[in-house]
This record gives sequence, C-alpha cells and structure tokens, in this order.
Amino acid sequence: MDTAIHTEKETWGTYQKHVADDNYYYARSCIRQNFFPASEYMFLHILRKVLGKHVYDDPNHTTCTGIGYHSDIVPFETIQTVVARHFALMTEAGLENIAISCVTSFGIYTEILETWQHFPEQLEKTREFLYKATKREFNLPKNIAHTSDIIYKFRHEIAEKAVYKLVHAQTGEPLNVVEHIGCHYAKMFPTKGIGGAEFPQVLSGMITAWGGKVIDYPERRHCCGFGFRNYLVQANRGYSVSNTYKKLESMQPYNPDFILTNCPGCAMFIDKWQYTIAEMEQKTFDSQGKGIPVLTYEELAALVLGIQPWDVGLQIHQIQSESLLDALGIPYDTALKYVDKQGNQLPLPNKPNNLLQ
Amino acid sequence: MIDVLIIGGGIAGIETACSLQELGLETLVLEKEKQIGGHLNNWDTLFPTKRSASEILEYYAEQIRKKSITIYLNTTVTSIRKQDDGSFEVHTSREVSFKSKTVVMAHGFSLFNAQRKEEYGYKIYENVITSADLEQTFKQNNDVFVNPMGKIPERVAFIHCVGSRDEKSGNHYCSKVCCITAVKQAIKVKQLSPQTQVFCFYMDLRLYGRGFEEMYREAQEKWGVQFIRGRLSEVAENIDGSLQLKAEDTLAARPFKMSVDMLVLMVGFEANKSTALFHNSCGVACSESRFIQPRHHHLSANATNIDGLFTAGTSIAPLSVFDTLNHAKAAAFAIHSYITK
Amino acid sequence: MMKQFGYNSLKSRTIDYKNINTTLISYIIKNEPSFSSCISCGSCTATCSAANLTFFNIRRLNIQIRLGEFENIRQEIDKCMLCGKCLLVCPRGINTRNVIMLIKKGLVTFNLVE
Repeated sequence: MDTAIHTEKETWGTYQKHVADDNYYYARSCIRQNFFPASEYMFLHILRKVLGKHVYDDPNHTTCTGIGYHSDIVPFETIQTVVARHFALMTEAGLENIAISCVTSFGIYTEILETWQHFPEQLEKTREFLYKATKREFNLPKNIAHTSDIIYKFRHEIAEKAVYKLVHAQTGEPLNVVEHIGCHYAKMFPTKGIGGAEFPQVLSGMITAWGGKVIDYPERRHCCGFGFRNYLVQANRGYSVSNTYKKLESMQPYNPDFILTNCPGCAMFIDKWQYTIAEMEQKTFDSQGKGIPVLTYEELAALVLGIQPWDVGLQIHQIQSESLLDALGIPYDTALKYVDKQGNQLPLPNKPNNLLQ
Repeated sequence: MIDVLIIGGGIAGIETACSLQELGLETLVLEKEKQIGGHLNNWDTLFPTKRSASEILEYYAEQIRKKSITIYLNTTVTSIRKQDDGSFEVHTSREVSFKSKTVVMAHGFSLFNAQRKEEYGYKIYENVITSADLEQTFKQNNDVFVNPMGKIPERVAFIHCVGSRDEKSGNHYCSKVCCITAVKQAIKVKQLSPQTQVFCFYMDLRLYGRGFEEMYREAQEKWGVQFIRGRLSEVAENIDGSLQLKAEDTLAARPFKMSVDMLVLMVGFEANKSTALFHNSCGVACSESRFIQPRHHHLSANATNIDGLFTAGTSIAPLSVFDTLNHAKAAAFAIHSYITK
Repeated sequence: MMKQFGYNSLKSRTIDYKNINTTLISYIIKNEPSFSSCISCGSCTATCSAANLTFFNIRRLNIQIRLGEFENIRQEIDKCMLCGKCLLVCPRGINTRNVIMLIKKGLVTFNLVE
C-alpha cells in the first residue's frame, strides 16, 4: 500500500500551481454568506490574525453573475465585463493577487482569463465595454487562487497552531473524512487545481495535515448534484437530489465522520439534501440517523484552531455537528447555540421529522 | 568502416543482422540492455499460437552463435551523424563511436505509461495492472491465478485501447496488437481459473491478423469471455479493495456499472524516446504519431528520408511479432541493394 | 411529503452488473453455445420478416437477455414466425431458431414472466 500512496502523491505532484504568499484581493461568494455565514469571516480572520497576511475585503465588489451565466440568463460579454470590473477594483486597490471564495466564480475567472489568452480581441472588447460603462481600467491579476488553495498553502502553519487534531478524542484514531471538490475547481482546467481533476489534493492535503484520514470512496469524483439548472428549475430538482443520493450511498459503508467541501453549492446541497432525502424516503446515511455533517474548509480550519463552534456558525447548518464536536473533544454550550452577539435568544429552528438532532 | 550498424538488439535488429549476414554483409548490433531480445524478454506467450516467447529468443540466440554476429550490449546510441561522404558516425554512451556505410534504426517502441490515464487508477489501486504486468504474472506462476491482493478473482475486466486511439493521451493511432493480446490473456485467465468471469471492454475489436478472429471466437464460445462495447470512463476502489468500473454498454445504450477484483489495462505502443533523439541529431523524418516516417508507405517501407538510414520493426509503428520479423527481413534486402548498387 | 417538495429522487438507469439476472442467458448458452458468439452485427434483424412490420428485434433480444431484462420479451418473442431466415444470414452460424425456442421454454421453466 505504501507504494500505492507514493504513486498517488506522484500523480498529484504533476499538478501543482503557484499560489501567492501575501496581499490578496478578496472576491466573495454570493451564497456562502447566507448558508455558511462564518466561513468567509473565518477566512479573513485566519489570514489576518493567525497568519498575519494582508487581505483587502472590498465593499464595492459584487456578484460575478456566475449563477446567471450558467443558467443562460447572463451573456458571456456581460460576465466578462463584470469580472473585468473586479480586476479594475483590484488594480485600484494596488493589488495583483486575486483570492476567490467561490468555486463557480473561480471557474469563471479562469475561463475568462483563458479566453482572453486565446482570443485577445475579446479582452480588448471587454476593456472597451468596461471603460464605456464605468471609466475604469484594469490589469490582469498576476496570481489567481481559490481561497481553498490559500488555506492549503498554509495548512502546515495552521497545523502548528492547532488546538485540536482531526482524531477521536477518546481513542486517538484519525477521523474518517470525505472530501468533495466542486466540479468547476479543476474539472474544466485540471492544471489550475492543486492535484488536478482526478486526485485533487487541495482538501485531502488539509485533512491529512490536520491529522484526519481521507476516504477514497467510489463516487468521490461524482458531481454533488447542484448543476445550476438542475436545481434552479423545480421540475429538475429530482436530478439534483438523485446525484447527491448516489454520492451519499457510496460513502455510507466507510462511516464518514464528516464531509469537507470547497464549493458553496456542494456544501449547501450535500448538507440540505440529506434533510430532503430523510423527509422523502426516511433514509439517512450515518449510523445514528442524524446525517453526516458537512463543513467548509474555513469552518474546519477555525475549529482546529480552537474557535468556538457557535462562532464558526455550525448551528446554521442543516445537519447539526454535536456528534462531530463530541468526537473531536471540542466543548460547546448548548444554551448559547442560538444566542446572538448581543446575548439575545434567537428563535429556534423547527425540527425535521425524520432527521434526529 | 562497417557495412551495417544496427541500433537495437530486439527481434527486429537481430533478424536484420541474421538476414544481412546471409547476404554477405558485415554487421554490428548495439543493444542498450544487458541482454538481447528487448520487450520479448518480458512476454510469456505469443498470439495467436500461444507459443512461448522464449522459443523465439532461443532460436535467435542459436542463430547469433551460428552466424557469429557481433553484438555490443549495454551500449546506448546517443546520436547519429551523416558524414559528407554519405557514411554515418554513430555516438554511444560508452564513449566509442562507430563509422558505417548504413544504419538501421531497430530501436523499437515504449509501452504507454498507464499512470497517465489517471482515472484508471494504475499504481493507485492495488488491483489495477497492465497487460505487461499480467504477462509477468503468467511467466512467474502458472498454477494459481490470484489478484494482487492474493484473492482468486470472481471477475476480471480487460480494458482495450489504453493510451491508443485517444486524443487525451496524445495518441490517435491504433496499437494493433492490444485487441488480440486481450483475447489471448482472457483465455489464459479462464484456463488458469475457470470459475472467474472475464469481460473485455472495447471500442472496436480489431482482429485483423492471421488466426486472430478464430481466437476471438474461441474466447467467446469455448471460454465464455464476454465482450462489452464501451470505453471505461473511470475506476474507483470499493471498501473491500475491489474496483468499480463505469462505462456505457453502448449496444444497450445505457450506463453500465460493474465491480471487478482485477482490472487489466491493455497498454499501447508509443515511439521510443530514442526516436526523438535521432530526429534531432540527423533529421530523420517522423510522422504525427512520433514514430519514424518510412520513405514510401507501400514501396519502400524500410527506407527513410535520409539515404543509407533504414528502419526495421516497431520504430515505424506498432507491429506484431509476425509483422516485425517480416519488416526486418525486408530491411535486409533494402540495405543489400543500397550497398551493392 | 413528496408532493410538498414537487419532485422526488429518481431511480438509476445504470445497469448494475451485480443485479443482473443471468438465469435465462446461462440456460440458452448451455443448450445453444453458439449464442455466445453473437457480435451484434444486426443481419438477423435486417432480414427478419417480423422486424419489418413490428418492433421485434432479435439482435436487441440478445442484449436484453444478457442484461436480464425480461419485460416485453414474452410478447416480443411471439412475433417471430420461425421462418429461419436469420439463421441463414448469421455470420457466426448461430442457430437463432433454437435460440428463440429456448427463450420461449426458458421464460416458462424459470417463471421469468407473469
């Protein structure tokens, strides 16, 4: 088996990319702030306070319009101009490295930069559009990274400062972790992702650096099921939920302790569809009937660094994480779970019918 | 000055040397390994006869003795230089160079590195092997048939066209011998382990040679080997170490999923690394497939764009042992008429 | 509850080899081994009297039986008029008429249709 692992690393090794060391322009995601609200906050906190890096979080920056683009609502010319505006904001901030929070956006930025390389006339046209609309001009970024690339880059620094390891507190055994990479991270441009499309290393590298064990299960590379139109059109949602079902069914025999994702859509759908499947078919994929917690890499990094679970926003998830916190030996106060920053009690969410909490 | 310098001591080079010796020309064979025979040393049996590869090697060892053919082993050719007088200077890894009237490039092919098809999991999943690995297994052990985990496999799948006819591998050509090799190996698996179910996943079956179609039919009728028309899209490991295959059964027009205990990747041919080296040092023309381009496909399949520089065997394309030996014999005639002209 | 969501999860169309019912194919191959050499060339179907007028497709029957899909086979098989033209054109020399008879017999023997 040692030789097998060695060669897997060899395969990964062929896809490494340069990730800038410091000074990032932060491009946020549209949906993460609603569904995993602490993730982006934790990214900024870890980069600035733990690692001492400079990140500019620009209030003028907007959606990349990726969901509209992938739903055939936003034309390519429009999205190129929106992305160009973000590059203009980056240029105005005196920065050259763009750090993108969303995998859909990352895929779009990569696709657009690739387009401009092969069709320079598209770039010129976009410059013209942007100038006419906003009087802005822009430089292309020197370095483009998904924010999971950045956390991956600093995974050992985070491990050194870690309070918790990804092991069972009682037995010391490593946790079984499933990683799921967003399709648009490396399936479109394998060389733009760490580890490529078949054996992406970006999340598995964090898991092993922080003490966990990565599960290689048969449907590891299968899409989470989001698929834009599959979800956005209600009549198509059966396709979306069925893809998630296929993945969950395939990982079930390995008893994963949690699922780690790097894409907003994946984190949302693997989390929320577990509730839907439980309601529709009375089926859960863990031994206790509680569902398998789904974490973003920033949430995981924050937990490992010893930040309080309710500050990490785990209570906002569909699948609750108490069993995971117990396994890790992370203390939490149930009374404070739904209390806001000012100490006010928030309304309690409804309990699902078929998913235990 | 030597009449003919032959690069490569595989069957193509040795057969060329033997035929030239009979035609009365003086030859020298340079072989980079410590023994002659090339890829054939790693092969168990040959299609479609199922004869042992060592029979061929023993025959040529005997011919070399009888004909007193000179071979330098452990000698890698680093460059070929054409001289003004039309002769050649050949430089080697041993700091000796040779002068000769003609040169034969019989340096053969390389096997496709299956690790490049990442989605097939070679060297990542224990039970994924190549056709070359399977030949080694057959060579070493002919009694029990087990997978790399030591289990008698319930199901084995052979995947045709690994690294061949594949834009993603950069190889558009067909490697010609893999279909029939899969058929041969599938039969061998059934012979060793009758209870094992054997499947071949193919895009097209190209059983072009003498006795090939008959062997295919034997595999179907006598041994119950099942042929599924569809290309493997990806492999993943199940919790018990077996492998999950995803393909389409294109005749049923539906996705197809199967777990197997062993997966055999039929690796194709690629141009030998030395071909590019020779291209750079003497300007020999190569085709889009990166193999050497014969001067005329039909009429001078051994000559190249450079006078006095010839080919024999798989330096021009994937060839079976049968075709290689014929091409090598033809090389001897072409060289003889070039020298005596 | 499903109505409330407005969608449901879908049954996989993937053929999963482990779920294939091989009873009928094993029975046919045991009694008519030539059936295993079919290469799906379709010459049988091209010449078939029934295939010209109905959905009966003897080449497809081979695939369906291999995949253990017996729905429709019972009614399809009765469309064959046993003329034997397929037997004459088969390049692999499969005794297709015997195959048809074995399918009919096998479906009943193994109780594969209601």
